[in-house]
Amino acid sequence: MQYYFVVIGATDNPLYETDIIPSSRSSSINDPNRDDHKHLNQFIVHAALDVVEEVQWNTQAMYLKSIDRFNEYFVSCFVTAGNVKFMLLHDQKSEDSIKNFFNEIYEQYIKVLMNPFYEKNSTITSTQFDSRVKMIARRFL
Amino acid sequence: MSDSVNTPRLSTNSSIYTEQRVARGKTILDRNLNKTRGAEVSLSAQSFLFSEMLQYTQKRVNGIQDLERKLNEFGYRVGTRMLELLTWREKVAKRETRVLGVLYFIHNVVWRSLFGKQADSLEKSTENEDEYMISDNDPILTRYISVPKELSQLNCNAFVAGIVEACLDGYQFPARVTAHTVPIDGFPQRTTILIKLDKEVLQREELLK
Repeated sequence: MQYYFVVIGATDNPLYETDIIPSSRSSSINDPNRDDHKHLNQFIVHAALDVVEEVQWNTQAMYLKSIDRFNEYFVSCFVTAGNVKFMLLHDQKSEDSIKNFFNEIYEQYIKVLMNPFYEKNSTITSTQFDSRVKMIARRFL
Repeated sequence: MSDSVNTPRLSTNSSIYTEQRVARGKTILDRNLNKTRGAEVSLSAQSFLFSEMLQYTQKRVNGIQDLERKLNEFGYRVGTRMLELLTWREKVAKRETRVLGVLYFIHNVVWRSLFGKQADSLEKSTENEDEYMISDNDPILTRYISVPKELSQLNCNAFVAGIVEACLDGYQFPARVTAHTVPIDGFPQRTTILIKLDKEVLQREELLK
């Protein structure tokens, strides 16, 4: 049960990405397979961007639920007001917890954006943001 | 991800300071986003800051067009941040997907948070399909600015125009936004923000109807 989380800027460039491995499950048996598919994660999410662009014009909600599937993985998306997308690759479908996860990340993202030294659509290099994301992931995922 | 903790520091003083700051746990990610909600800034402080911005730009440009463009860029940086923050602070956070929705958002939420009141009017141009106008009868930002005769074309509300342009860009409605002075009876300072949307925006609106 792994998650792959990406923040994608308005110009379709990745601003932040991370693998989230919940400590609740020890997946040592599955490790070889997981390592094999890690490079696929980026491709899957990138392909899902097209779907996001279609779906985002039909709804005013920010949380677009699960928009795409790839084998056993689901891609869920959250679009902010400034067209920055948070994409999560997961293999379980618990919409509520993912929605809360996205909302918390949204708040942290805005705080990073408020920094006058941070340019919108540039990579997020703050280590605090990184640890915050991991903390929120532990709480909700 | 950055490894800022590991980069070598040139001065021991700054490294001690940074470590202390992190130890205290006061990062920007700890600040409450609602802390300054509804907060007001004194007009005199804002006018002072704005006048300094104008003087700074005036030294670095030649021409009115350039000056307005620089102010527009200043406003743009403010606008990108305001857009996300104001959307988050709304009771129901939602995105706008239609032109009218975005314009209402700017006319109500943005103006109220910037100037304490709604903008005075929102109009659609009858001549061109892609032009909209938001007007303010007494723009607070430029109340204490008197423009010399040689620069009579200049409208310092290019800053506000930049904020509006950033909101539109963020919502994926690229447009050219400019500020013009259109005095009418009783309101000699009346400023109109003219929004000229790009062609693709209109095409998309047609498709989505």
